[in-house]
Amino acid sequence: MSVALFVPCYIDQFYPDVAVATLELLERQGLEVVFPKEQTCCGQPMANTGCAAQAEPVARRFVELFSEFDQIVCPSGSCAAMVRHHYAEYFSPDDQRFRKVRESTFELCEFLTDVVGVQSLGTRFPHRVSVHPSCHGLRELRLAPSSETRFAGGRDKLRELLALVEGVTWAEPQRSDECCGFGGTFAVNEADVSVAMGRDRIADHLAAGSEVIVAGDMSCLMHLNGLIRRAGQPLGVMHIAQVLMGRPLSGAIRPSVAVPGLAVGE
Amino acid sequence: MTTTSQLPILLSGSGKLGHADADDQRPHRDHPTMARDFVANVQRTHWHDGALWFVRNKRDAQASSIPEWEYLREQASAIKQEAIAKLADFLEQFEANATRLGAVVHWAADAEQHNEIVHEILRQRGIGKLVKSKSMLTEECHLNGYLERRGIEVVDTDLGERIVQLRQETPSHIVLPAIHLKKEEVGETFHTHLGTDAGASDPQYLTEAARGHLRGKFLAGEAGLTGVNFAIAQTGGIVVCTNEGNADLGAVLPPVHIASMGLEKIIPRLEDLAVFTRLLARSATGQPITTYTSHFHGPRDAASELHIVIVDNGRSTIRESDTFRAALGCIRCGACMNTCPVFRRSGGHSYGATVPGPIGSVLNPASDDARHKSLPYACSLCGSCTDVCPVKIPLHHQLLAWRKEFGKRGLLSVGKTLPMRAASFVFRHPALYRLGGRLARIAMRTLPRVFFVNRLNTWSRDRELPTAPADSFSQWYAKNRGPK
Repeated sequence: MSVALFVPCYIDQFYPDVAVATLELLERQGLEVVFPKEQTCCGQPMANTGCAAQAEPVARRFVELFSEFDQIVCPSGSCAAMVRHHYAEYFSPDDQRFRKVRESTFELCEFLTDVVGVQSLGTRFPHRVSVHPSCHGLRELRLAPSSETRFAGGRDKLRELLALVEGVTWAEPQRSDECCGFGGTFAVNEADVSVAMGRDRIADHLAAGSEVIVAGDMSCLMHLNGLIRRAGQPLGVMHIAQVLMGRPLSGAIRPSVAVPGLAVGE
Repeated sequence: MTTTSQLPILLSGSGKLGHADADDQRPHRDHPTMARDFVANVQRTHWHDGALWFVRNKRDAQASSIPEWEYLREQASAIKQEAIAKLADFLEQFEANATRLGAVVHWAADAEQHNEIVHEILRQRGIGKLVKSKSMLTEECHLNGYLERRGIEVVDTDLGERIVQLRQETPSHIVLPAIHLKKEEVGETFHTHLGTDAGASDPQYLTEAARGHLRGKFLAGEAGLTGVNFAIAQTGGIVVCTNEGNADLGAVLPPVHIASMGLEKIIPRLEDLAVFTRLLARSATGQPITTYTSHFHGPRDAASELHIVIVDNGRSTIRESDTFRAALGCIRCGACMNTCPVFRRSGGHSYGATVPGPIGSVLNPASDDARHKSLPYACSLCGSCTDVCPVKIPLHHQLLAWRKEFGKRGLLSVGKTLPMRAASFVFRHPALYRLGGRLARIAMRTLPRVFFVNRLNTWSRDRELPTAPADSFSQWYAKNRGPK
């Protein structure tokens, strides 16, 4: 069985450790994982802006590149949802390669719970964590029941996995799954509202006594961490892959090297 | 007047949603600009957000109290799909049954026709005073201004609507029209217009003052206008759901009752009503049911008249679209507004339209795409609206679909398309992507902060940029896992 790692472009460029942790997690499960070098982006930024003509060639390239693998795993619910739910308009419904890619693309957590069936991790993370259920993972991929439909029941895949890590304790914000306000280009198009949304989330997680916000999508955390660092707040952010690998809290996304001209709000 | 059916014309799809009389001549500003002032007032934003979140929580409690909630949503969606699919049949059946019961059915292709019909009914009877209960359709048609310019006194009798009417504002929410106002502001408005004590802001006192004021208006009213929540094809009856009882007073005190309805309010059978009355108030305000659910089957007696005005105003155009048709199933509960994290923080007026929030952002571009093109972007695509919608309209996917539609229609600004053209080019050339990423990270690590944190960079106005690592993951992989 061949497993391909699909690394979102911004993770590749800015958060390499998230991809490394994802790779190590999968390798620990005895999987042989390949990172196709020519990958770039799934095309979501263009699609969500309304530029279908610009998204289409990027989507086609993606399918071409990944169709040779049995399974494709991505540490982002948003990018996985793009492939699974929003690629159809760029392909003929009987395009076999597209169908194969769509059916074999998984977000990391659902892959670990549903396909691999992880029972133990052997890692430790002795911290109070609060979960931010990123919207596309939550409502497009249904990684957990949303607060709007929670009474209907369902598994919470992120929490199932985090519960396997020794030492994890929970902090519960009052609003369990409100959007952080990133939303791709929304963060810039509607910067005022986006920032207000992010600040409210941070305040909620801080008030819950969280040490670190954990999410399945680094994009939400990039936005939240940008606000946290600007305000100098005592709250870390980590991708779930990092927590599942037991990375130290100091490895939360904070500047690990002194960046000239970037000495800010630490 | 017009009991001859004009349905074929109505449903020909030529109707472009318009506003009779141009009430709103202000230059139109986009959503981010209109949201800015509201968001800037952090205290007010938090208060507004908290008030609506409270309603959302009440909705959750009510929804979870019904084991078959999701089943009800499925049923409601299916009934609306059926009603919209066979719209012409059900409307004609409704017209025949309503006429048989003694109502007069009028057909309006657009807002202008609707206003003319209402005015004509009033003019022929020499009526100068109209009492209205809540009707977003008449807001959409700008009926109040139209009638006032023709010398008719129009009094909104829903408390929230009366408040915004006195302030010469528009509703900021379809169910909670004055949710943007604090009780102190209502107190000031009532002090000016109703003579309440200066500085008084006790809700009980203010409500009683409004009640006394409106009681006089009800007694003086010569005709009453209500909206319609549901029109039942099988019976020819209409159903109006309110909490204040004002629709009932307005409909039964004067001899003339005019009911204005969008043509999508039709439901096929009486039994279908049970599905919607269980969903409507729970979704809207978290109540098990509205205080009043009033059925009107024809005029109440031989001395009274019931006129039902069925309005298209662009709805049949939406019906023609496979992508957006489901939006006609909307029962105007406002749940999508209460849950929308953008609406709660930007306020209803930031949408610049009668129906704001997620459903408004879907419906408004259908009437005027260029004017409302910022609305589908006033959305982080979080999908909460889709999950609360009692008729399961895929709202956030429709908002995304509008963006693509704008792209096809050439309505996107260069500011939107140029970066995406550049990104698409880079993502199609992996070597360029890798080189570009590398150079950008080197720049971020070496150049002074001012290159990245400045007023041209909207991201970094309030947020730090991510810290650029020396190696990308692909560089790390090449070093640590070797060439495959």
